[in-house]
Amino acid sequence: MTATAAPPATALAELLRSMADDEFVIGFSDSEWTGIAPLLEEDVAMSSLAQDELGHAAALYGLLGELTGTDPDALAYDREPEDYRHCRLLDHGRGDWAMTIARRFLYDSADVVRLEALAGGTWSPLAELVGKLVREERYHRMHAGAWLDRLARADGEPRDRLIAALAELAPDAATVFTPLPGEQALLEAGILGAPMTQLEAHWRASIAPTFADLDLPMPPPARDPERGRLDHVDAFRWLWGEFTSVRRADPGATW
Amino acid sequence: MSEAGVHIGVARARAAAAAGHGRAVPAHAPVDEDAIRTALREVMDPELPMLSVLDLGIVHRVDVTPGEGLIHVEILPTFVGCPALELIKTSIAERLAAFGRPVEVTATFEIPWTSERISPAGRAALLAAGIAPPGADSADAMGLAPGGLIDLEPRVPCPHCGSRRTQLENVFGPTQCRTIRYCADCRQPFEAIKPV
Repeated sequence: MTATAAPPATALAELLRSMADDEFVIGFSDSEWTGIAPLLEEDVAMSSLAQDELGHAAALYGLLGELTGTDPDALAYDREPEDYRHCRLLDHGRGDWAMTIARRFLYDSADVVRLEALAGGTWSPLAELVGKLVREERYHRMHAGAWLDRLARADGEPRDRLIAALAELAPDAATVFTPLPGEQALLEAGILGAPMTQLEAHWRASIAPTFADLDLPMPPPARDPERGRLDHVDAFRWLWGEFTSVRRADPGATW
Repeated sequence: MSEAGVHIGVARARAAAAAGHGRAVPAHAPVDEDAIRTALREVMDPELPMLSVLDLGIVHRVDVTPGEGLIHVEILPTFVGCPALELIKTSIAERLAAFGRPVEVTATFEIPWTSERISPAGRAALLAAGIAPPGADSADAMGLAPGGLIDLEPRVPCPHCGSRRTQLENVFGPTQCRTIRYCADCRQPFEAIKPV
């Protein structure tokens, strides 16, 4: 049994919402490849990744729901698009395969750093869940890394498309590390191990050797660092319309 | 139990006390942890039906309140998003209903389930079913290469011919807990338990 001090609930809720929304949105984006991925093995892989991420989102919405007394399904499906707090990196539309790989690599490499900063935190429900998540996310990071390598080393169109995707994502690449409202309270409570600015530096150091090895341009600082989880764009509104369509078709239905 | 334990799933599987599965125990049979664990040997995983929940290593804690009290089983999800979790909880609750007491089955992440938790008997059952079991020791089970990355080519023996000339085809497989490999000697694809 782990002793748990009363957590700073408002700040903790912001953290959980940002993480849950990240996992939910990338998981749903992954699922768009089911049936149409460029290789059969990738069809299986993207579908499995989607299942993992939506499972992670469900667990995080579950914690958020217990903390705030809200139904996890309502958290996932009943909010307006502007109330989601996923990072802008995940706002870009599915695009081509290179875009999917570029986004996945940037997100997965950042997610691993964020999870490491939460492992061993003082709020045990989250720390325990994170202990499980890191074991699964490691495979996601490996998958994205293998594809980044493959596209970057291919001459011609694959590399050109990857460079174009990275350029489109560049202004939002670092938005996983957007400072959270109430972040100081999370640091003081020992829930989050380091400030987001410091985690971003860790992330940059972690991907720099790969980017240098593949001769890819490192992502610049975020375009608008304070608003990295706000101002969602039309591509997300479209995705929101997709993932809420069944729920909205018959509100309150049970299955 | 830890109040901090994460209870996932909306409904806690509660069994109707007299579910009548034809497996009622004698009225005076002792109900203790051993009796519960023995009963759990009959509850199989829905996605790996050759493995009981005990051999899979997901039974974390069994608490029996003395007298006529609650039987509480805590299980460890193999993967956070395991879609079989609710079915497993229900299967456990239905089997334990034979003890004629209230039953509660909850899931927790208090400790992570790892593929090392699969029992020797479970590993043998997997192998017999043509699914390569995970390595037995920690480093091997995780397949960790230097730098903390996962070794893409750990020497997982082929479950059909025993050859170690096998390669990873897809780290993702038909369920979250399986990968797809290929044997260069008997030229058969096979599934292997994903080391976590």
